[in-house]
Parts: sequence; C-alpha cells; structure tokens
Amino acid sequence: MTTPPTEVVFSVDAPAGRAGLRHAVRAEWTKFWSVRSTPWSLFALVVATIGLGVLSTHALRTQPGFTTDPIRRILVGFNLSQFAIGVLGVLFLSAEYGTGQIRSTLSAMPRRPVVVGAKAIVMGGVGLVVGEILAFAAFFIGSSILSGSPSQISIGDPGVVRVLVESGIYIALLGLIGLGIASILRNSAGSIATFAGALLILTLIISAMPTFIVNAVSRYLPLNIGATVFSIGAPPRLQGTPVFSPLMGLIILAVYALVLLSGGCLLMIRRDS
Amino acid sequence: MIEARGLTKRFGSVVAVDGLTFDVEPGRVTGFLGPNGSGKSTTMAMIMGLDRPNAGSVTIDGKNYRDLRWPLREVGGLLEANAIHPGRSARLHLWSLAQYNAIRKGRVDEVLDLVGLTDVANKRVGKFSLGMGQRLGIAAALLGDPAVVLLDEPVNGLDPEGIRWMRTLCKTLANEGRTVFISSHMMAEMALTADQLVVIGKGRLIAEMAVADFVARSSTQSFRVRVASPEPFISAVESSGGASSANNDGTLIITGMDAKVIGDLALSKGIAVYELTTQASLEDAFMEMTSDSVEYRGAK
Repeated sequence: MTTPPTEVVFSVDAPAGRAGLRHAVRAEWTKFWSVRSTPWSLFALVVATIGLGVLSTHALRTQPGFTTDPIRRILVGFNLSQFAIGVLGVLFLSAEYGTGQIRSTLSAMPRRPVVVGAKAIVMGGVGLVVGEILAFAAFFIGSSILSGSPSQISIGDPGVVRVLVESGIYIALLGLIGLGIASILRNSAGSIATFAGALLILTLIISAMPTFIVNAVSRYLPLNIGATVFSIGAPPRLQGTPVFSPLMGLIILAVYALVLLSGGCLLMIRRDS
Repeated sequence: MIEARGLTKRFGSVVAVDGLTFDVEPGRVTGFLGPNGSGKSTTMAMIMGLDRPNAGSVTIDGKNYRDLRWPLREVGGLLEANAIHPGRSARLHLWSLAQYNAIRKGRVDEVLDLVGLTDVANKRVGKFSLGMGQRLGIAAALLGDPAVVLLDEPVNGLDPEGIRWMRTLCKTLANEGRTVFISSHMMAEMALTADQLVVIGKGRLIAEMAVADFVARSSTQSFRVRVASPEPFISAVESSGGASSANNDGTLIITGMDAKVIGDLALSKGIAVYELTTQASLEDAFMEMTSDSVEYRGAK
C-alpha cells in the first residue's frame, strides 16, 4: 500500500452553515407525498367527511325540526376524520420504525428534535389545510342542501365562521397528537390503539364515572373539546357538565401535542434507533 | 478517520461490544471482520450515532456523528439494506435524503447511475430484490460524496458480478483518499478487498493489522496464479465457484478451489499456466485467531 493521499477534500459543494430545520421540512414534505398511502387516505378522508355531511344534512332536510344546530349535522363527518388524521399522523413516524427507514432518516439528520419538528410542521400544515378545506367544503355543500328548509344556515350567521375555522385547527392538532404518540411508542398498532383509546374509550369511561369526576375531567378530553368546537351553542351531549370555550379547548389540545412531541424527542435522543 | 476508544455497548446483561479501541485510516480499505453476532453491526450503528454507547466514544475526524454539520456529505453509511420504506420509489427515497443535506437533485441520478439502478429508479423499493436493495443502500451512502464510507455487509445478496463490482468500488473509493470501512463475516472476500483489518470476536478486539500480515499467519487454500490470458480464466474460475482478484504484477489470487482444480480448469480452457503457488488463507488465519481468543477467555 502506498502512502495514503492527504488533504483530499470531498463534497466540495457543501454550503456554509449546517443541515437544519428548513432542509428537514423539505425532505419530510417529499417523504410525506411519496408514499402511495398518503394521497389515498387523504382522498378517502375528504370523500367520507363530505359524503357523511351530505347524508346527514339530507336527513335533516327531510325531517325538519330535528335539531337546532344544523352545523353539527353538516360537520358530522368530522367524527370520522379526526380519527383518520390521527392515524395518518401516527403512521408518518411509526411506519419509519416499522420499515427501518428511521435509520436512513437519522443518518441524514442525527439531531432528533429537528426530524420530529420537521414532521410536525409538515403534518400540522397538511392537517390544517385539509381540515379547513373539509370544513368549508362540507359547509357550502351542506348549506346548499338545507337552503329553503327551516334549518337553513348561511356563512354569515353568527358563529359559523368561528366553527369552520376552528374545526380545521382541531383536525390539524389531532394529526399532531397522533404524531406525538408515535414518537413515544414507535409501534404503529400500539400508537393507533392508544390514539383511539384516548379519544373514544377514555370518553366513554369518564362519562360513566361519579359526577365529581365527570365535572373535573371531562372537559379535558379531546372528543369533548371537539364537540364544543363543532357546534355553535353548547353541545347537547355535554349539557350540565363544565366545558372550556372552543378556543381554550384548542389551546389545551395544542399543549397535549407539544408535551407528547417533546417527550418523544427526549426519548429519541436517549434511545437506540 | 474513525477513532473508537473503549467503545462499549450492553443490551441488558449482554455485552455486545466490549471496550473496543481501533482506528480506521483514510486511503485504504479497512475490513471489519468477525463471526455473526460479534458486535460488528452494533459498532457500525454507534459510529453512525444510531445506538448510544454505554461507555467510551467513537468519533469521525474528531467529531461525534450527531455533531456533523452535513452528515451525509461527511459520512456515507450502508446499514442493512432494508432501512428503506418499501412504498417509496428509489429516486424519491434518495431525493428526500439529499434534501436533508442540501445535496443537488442531479446527484440523485448520478448515484443511481453509478450503482446501475437508473432503469428502476421510479419503481417502488418494496419490489426490489435483495441485491437491488443493497445497491440502493450503496447509492444512499455515496449520495453526499463523503470522505468516510461505512458499509455493513455490503456483498450480502449480491451476485458474483455484483461482488466483483463492490470490490472494485471499495478499492476505487480508498484510492481516491477516502476512509472505507466494510464489515463482513466472509474471510475470503475480505482477503481480496481489504488492505487493513480490524478483527473482533464476542465484542472484543482480537487484532488490528494489515491483511498481508494476517494472511501470513496461516496455511493453505489460496493460490497465486499466472496465466497466458487472465480475462477468460477469471470468468472460468468464477463460473466454477471460485473467487479471484488481479494483482498489479499480472498474477491472480484464486480462492475457493484447490491447485488440482485450478490446473485442470486451465487445461480444459486451453490456457497456459506459468505459475501456480500456494497462498495463505484468511479464513484459516481467522479461525485460528478467534479460537485463540475463546480459549483465552475460557481459561480466564
């Protein structure tokens, strides 16, 4: 073997600075859309949400006087989309652990919080855009079905824009909560089960507890926060129980997402990948 | 340059890597040799910052992997070929990694071409064979034109032509002045590819030495051959299950067949043989060395 050459420089076009969040966001954006399941699940989510709204408003039109808050009927599909977006948020990270892709990702960006932060920005952004599109599309289709009926509703009615905007934000936050759960649990099945359990099962169990527990806890549950977000007045299901204002509810969900994602980052830094 | 110092990794009560200290220098191919389960992959994962050592450290040009400014431009790693989402196309997989390190898009097609995957660049990775997955992993490792290249069992799943390609690639990368660190449990392959060896057994360093010195310790099973027309002879050897590599002086090193088979093969092809001498085999040297280490620890 001859003397190894010294002072050889590779990757000569390396820019100044270092790989950071803006590079990571671009990469995660590419990853998000380059898996076939993503556009398909978003498409299914949109169709199901709007389709359920159409069915539900049609029923309202043919059975007038059934409810005083038609927007809840218009947005009934959000009960499904909140789960779907959460599953999408889970899979955006857990599928990387399931397939081993995470090792490629972390070799390109070894700083875990940057990876999680980039995923959260992509997931939150997509969730927000999809959520707003869903809310407004469902509203315009639903209100045109209801027009001329006793339940007719217009975008200018008090509270309507508030409900629609905040429903989109709610969807985005549930996507982030799904991502946060996956950053802690890593495993797809466990994360999806935990997400569904935190939404549905917890709400069912708490509602059957003694009143003092219901009064103390139930307003912190994501599903109950969702119920207040989706309706103009107080949701009938929660009549008599203390609730947060929709805005306060969204802030609490944001705190959940932040705590889960930060916890996930800390664990990722400490754990083997 | 990779420097491991007292590198230790425990999984529960099992010590996978036990106080490893070694250097991997630029400008040559360093083989990382050890039986299955000896801690090679765990060591590679610690170099790449994927697993955290319980004690000791490993640095690349003095830095921890997690502190590299543009990781893929400084270190390229192949860690198991399946570290890829099967639903993504090869091109978009590489493009997402490139974006993480601000690597220009044209480079993706360059590395795809380099590993021979251009035709299947838009196919989903899940449909790839083991060998194609391995080539994609190598493309990812070379994406950032890194000065340090780590390849964990790179010839796994490659066909004989692919193995020869890999061998040439490793030598080329080292000749360009890069640090090349490749792990394998296949001794014959290492004898042909590596210049330097780091040998471990049960997570401990057994030897750190030049391949030539390592081979000198052993006995038989590898032959130095000089023939009239090397090219057809190489194909004949490889299609009969042997392995070969060319020396600069025009001789060949043949492994995997004995002297009689080599002589008969040359005769059957009508190729004149000018020289056929015994070379020491890495495999034997390796077995001797690891069994020594086991005995040493048994006696302790």
